Amino acid sequence: MAAHRCNIFMLVFVLCGLTYVLVRAEIEDTNHVKDAESVAVDIAPKANIGASLRSTKTEDQTQAAEEERQWEAETNPVDAPSDNKADHVHDTMQNLDSRPAPYVKDQTQEAAEEERQWEATEVKEADHVPDTMQTPDVPPPTPAKDQFQEELVIRPLHSGDIYASFQFRTMWDTDFLRGSKVSHYRLFPKSLGQVISKFSVRELHISFTQGYWRTMQWGQPFLPSPPGAELWVWFQDTVTDVDGAWKELTNVLSGIFCASLNFIDSTNTVQPSASFKPLGLGNVTDQRFLRYAVLPREIVCTENLTPWKKLLPCGSKAGLAVLMKSEKLFHSSFHSQALHFRPVCQDWKCKSTVWELRQTLNVVFDLHTSGQGKREWSLFKMFSRTLTEACPLASSSKVYVDVTDNPQGELFELSPTTPLLSQAVVLGDRRTYSVYDLTNQATFGQTRSLNMLLRWRAAESGDMLRPLLHGERYVAGYGLQTGEIHTLMYNNHPYRAFPVLLLDTVPWYLRLYIHTLTVTSKGRDNKPSYIHYQPSKDRLRPHLLEMLVQLPPNSVTEVTMQFERALLKWTEYTPDPNHGFYVGSSVISALVPSVVAMDTNSTRECPLFSSFFPCKEESSYFMRVYTEPLLVNLPTPDFSMPYNVICLTCTVVAVGYGSLYNLLTRTFQVEEPSPGLAKRLANIIRRLRGVPLL
Amino acid sequence: MGLLSDPNRRRALTKLLTRLNAPICGMPVDWLVKTMQSRGLEVFTQSFTRKLPFPDENKERYMVRGTNVYGILRAPRAPRTEALVLSAPCSEGNNNNQAVGLLLGLAQYFRSQIHWAKDIIFLVNEHDLIGMQAWLEGYHHTNTTGGDWSPLQGRGGSIQAALSLELSSDVITSLDLVLEGLNGQLPNLDLANLFYAFCQKIGVLCTIQGKLQRNDWDTTSGYSHAAQTMMLMVLKQASGRPWGDHGLFLRYHIEAASIRGINSFRQYKTDTTTIGRLLEGMYRKLNNLLERLHQSYFFYLMPSLSRFVSIGYYMPAFGLLAVILLLRALDLWVQLGASPPGTEDGPSSPGVLSILTPVVISHMTGVALYTLPILSQEMAVQHFPVSETEAVVLTAIAIYTAGLALPHNTHRLLQGEGTEEGWRVLKLVALLYLAVLLGCTALINFSLGFILALSLVPIAAFITPHTPKALSAAIMVLLSPGCTLLYCVFVFQELQETPVSLQDGWMLFLSVISQGILDHALYGSLVYPLLALLIYPCWLLLWNILFWK
Repeated sequence: MAAHRCNIFMLVFVLCGLTYVLVRAEIEDTNHVKDAESVAVDIAPKANIGASLRSTKTEDQTQAAEEERQWEAETNPVDAPSDNKADHVHDTMQNLDSRPAPYVKDQTQEAAEEERQWEATEVKEADHVPDTMQTPDVPPPTPAKDQFQEELVIRPLHSGDIYASFQFRTMWDTDFLRGSKVSHYRLFPKSLGQVISKFSVRELHISFTQGYWRTMQWGQPFLPSPPGAELWVWFQDTVTDVDGAWKELTNVLSGIFCASLNFIDSTNTVQPSASFKPLGLGNVTDQRFLRYAVLPREIVCTENLTPWKKLLPCGSKAGLAVLMKSEKLFHSSFHSQALHFRPVCQDWKCKSTVWELRQTLNVVFDLHTSGQGKREWSLFKMFSRTLTEACPLASSSKVYVDVTDNPQGELFELSPTTPLLSQAVVLGDRRTYSVYDLTNQATFGQTRSLNMLLRWRAAESGDMLRPLLHGERYVAGYGLQTGEIHTLMYNNHPYRAFPVLLLDTVPWYLRLYIHTLTVTSKGRDNKPSYIHYQPSKDRLRPHLLEMLVQLPPNSVTEVTMQFERALLKWTEYTPDPNHGFYVGSSVISALVPSVVAMDTNSTRECPLFSSFFPCKEESSYFMRVYTEPLLVNLPTPDFSMPYNVICLTCTVVAVGYGSLYNLLTRTFQVEEPSPGLAKRLANIIRRLRGVPLL
Repeated sequence: MGLLSDPNRRRALTKLLTRLNAPICGMPVDWLVKTMQSRGLEVFTQSFTRKLPFPDENKERYMVRGTNVYGILRAPRAPRTEALVLSAPCSEGNNNNQAVGLLLGLAQYFRSQIHWAKDIIFLVNEHDLIGMQAWLEGYHHTNTTGGDWSPLQGRGGSIQAALSLELSSDVITSLDLVLEGLNGQLPNLDLANLFYAFCQKIGVLCTIQGKLQRNDWDTTSGYSHAAQTMMLMVLKQASGRPWGDHGLFLRYHIEAASIRGINSFRQYKTDTTTIGRLLEGMYRKLNNLLERLHQSYFFYLMPSLSRFVSIGYYMPAFGLLAVILLLRALDLWVQLGASPPGTEDGPSSPGVLSILTPVVISHMTGVALYTLPILSQEMAVQHFPVSETEAVVLTAIAIYTAGLALPHNTHRLLQGEGTEEGWRVLKLVALLYLAVLLGCTALINFSLGFILALSLVPIAAFITPHTPKALSAAIMVLLSPGCTLLYCVFVFQELQETPVSLQDGWMLFLSVISQGILDHALYGSLVYPLLALLIYPCWLLLWNILFWK
């Protein structure tokens, strides 16, 4: 009993943790742009040691403004208030400590740096002024209820590949739930808005992915997604027939995105109890309103990209979206496009909510196939286009290049150089980005086009920090009767254990023997503190297994389950039964200890006051990892010509023989028509009298 | 007599014994890892150790310790659900260096191609089949034969097809395709067709069983050539052992074949680039497959690379043989049904008890034949001046021969005098037993079933206690499973055009027995237990009938 209660407490605790992080992440997002800007300006003085830190005359006004902004961000009520500041201070100090040597050595470089910094402030000023001057005609002068931002992040990966991530965000302060009254659409796509209001959708997350994210080579993606199509939706709590709405919604989305989402039915839909909590605002966490489905077999190609691009306010005519040329996007190692719709806070006070539509597209370009082995990247080489303008409708349009591993330019050379730097904490790691602001004409230079060039200097890029969490899955055993699903979860953190939520959805035709479920780590039994299992029903619903498992530090946890392969009815086989049947990825959701917090090396030079307590702020972050889908062969009849002939012959023989046998053995009787009422009465009377019947 | 009398083998054994003290390190693991990594593959290693039940004198190994290195070429935009395997065994010395080099070259070339839809695994396995067994068991997380291996780190989903490459010399004149796998399993015929089609296209000489195809089908010599090729395939398949590294894949329903480069000193030579082109073609074809290979035959015999005999043609031959047993059994059944009213026997069912003892004792002998050779090897080595391997083989032969003396007239233990009816019941049981046994064997491994049927059906059909004892006994011994194996060894050598003398043939026979036992212990080949536990006791039952009193 006590243990049971303990489990519940544990679960509640973890759920609280998850929601806390989600809400935090969300609020951080809303403040992200401000934050980034403030840091961008903040970092410029930091870099410049030669010049006095905060005494430059020209800087003063912006500085004041920035400080105000920063203060806003820091006094965020939900967020831990002092951490950002502490972090910044920490950072500044670190820079102070680590940077001087090269600067002192190289005077020219210092000069360059100074110039750079000056540019930064200039740009910043120029940025602010024309922002209102340049584009007064496009957006209405009244406070716009909707706004649009676009962003491209380019991260050179350690494997030599390059990762490009587009994010487009449309925010709209409207009420979709008033039914059909929302009729005036400006930036928000109308086709989607109508769907959302019709089906009372509170949150919608859909992703189409071609390929598998190689965590061990590429690190963590900004937005994880499983191979194939994934769709999960939270409905408003006013919806009564959730299943009906879900069915219709999938069919409509199938039309919008030109995808086979109409194959989502009850056999592959589940309602996870803990793994997929709302990412937006709201306090409804009753899983009755959640539907989750994965189609691992879905193939993503241009016909999915085109409708996705059409949802953007500028389409693919202007802005970052001009880069999305499908022949290049699909000539890559990994392609994932997604759409997330959710309610978020309007401002930091969070008095009202706005709807956020976030469209993301992630691509990884392969060094070997597209680069021909030359370690050199440019926008043109990647996308066969260059940037010439921002989307005129966008309030901000930026390109970020991850230069964290390249502070002195020793790893690769980036041209044209940009004065702006930005720091952000992404997935528990502090990253530095070079920022190109497309709303500023100076970014494009004389050629009127921006074509970033990234040339690797070092032949071998340094070792990547091993991802703290990753998963793997495979089918063990041989033969077509039984098998065993193995899920491996790696915790690479050297000394911290953390709990993970594992979600497994297995189709009904693999009959899981749940009594064979074992969870072992480091050779010992690891008892999950929470298990939610919903058995399958043949042809109706899949198995759903959710577990909360504690992963010991520096270990591999193995979850195994045996299953039996069902024999399907002959109409249930796919047209290519010998290809095998797919089992969707399992989902590992976790609060992972941060990489930043992992550094407890006290010998490192950092101020004493900053390093006594391990910093709490980024001590863990939310992460979701998808394992690879499985391809399982089921016992398949021989659907070949002889098989068909046998079936046909048997049918003919059965029908022929059956009817003949019927004819031969049946005794025929002539049935007399039933007598009328008068006759029957007469017969009754006659029977009473003992006279022969009529 | 004895394995040690051969000077070559003795040298091999001394070499083996000296090696046992020093750890064997054959493969340049680090170099392979580095090279594969530089070619852009994800590289993993797997280490394994294996202690053989007794020293393998053919391959000079006892305590095996090795490392498999494999690199995975990840297909772009593929979700890691399917994979193809290209493997090259790498052992000490420079036996297969060309194959490993070609494999690395292909890996580099394939890496720059964009059309891959399935992951490609390049595997360099040490200690040929033992390494392959460890890798496959690690990949599928099974353990059928109690090996000890470290778990695999990287996988590529379900493997669809595999090729194993063996190039023994720099100069290749022809390529030989090896299909026979563990327990006589064969890959889908389409794999052989694919190989043949590409050889034709590129213009490489290709052989099967080391024999070229001839175009004169209608002549006697052409016909006999094809028949010889097919006989070789039957013998190889019947042996139930994997004839190349591909043989172990077949258990996991992975279509696999070995391609072996042969230098037969012809004028026409093939360079490595051509073989690379051939492999590239085959892999691109396999890469394009939507489903596993399943459209063609899994049961076939090949008289040449371009022709095959399907199961529909050869199975009736076996069926006719098996029907003899059933007809004979029916005959006995009718006789047994008719005789009781005629005879004056009191106990109406003397059969059950009287046949129980021979059946049990024969099977006990079978169990002894299966277990004792390995169990008693240490004892034998202590008491006799033989090596372990010899001890095992000779114990097996001794038990086999002792079985001839042991079980006849065992029915007397319980029943006193054997009756006329008694042997009929025993023979009925033996006939049905043999029919079921051969039928099942032929379904799994046709060749083995057919060879056993050829030798066992005549004696099973005609044996009675009333036939002339000496002549029948001689015939029975000559047609016993052990002697059949001996003939097969000679026929095989003859067909391979390497005839051996009686002495060498006997040595070969001994090594074949030891290999059979090893195959069972290492890879789970079923031929040795089948012969020891089922076929031999069944033959003993027939032997028992002959000496029925």
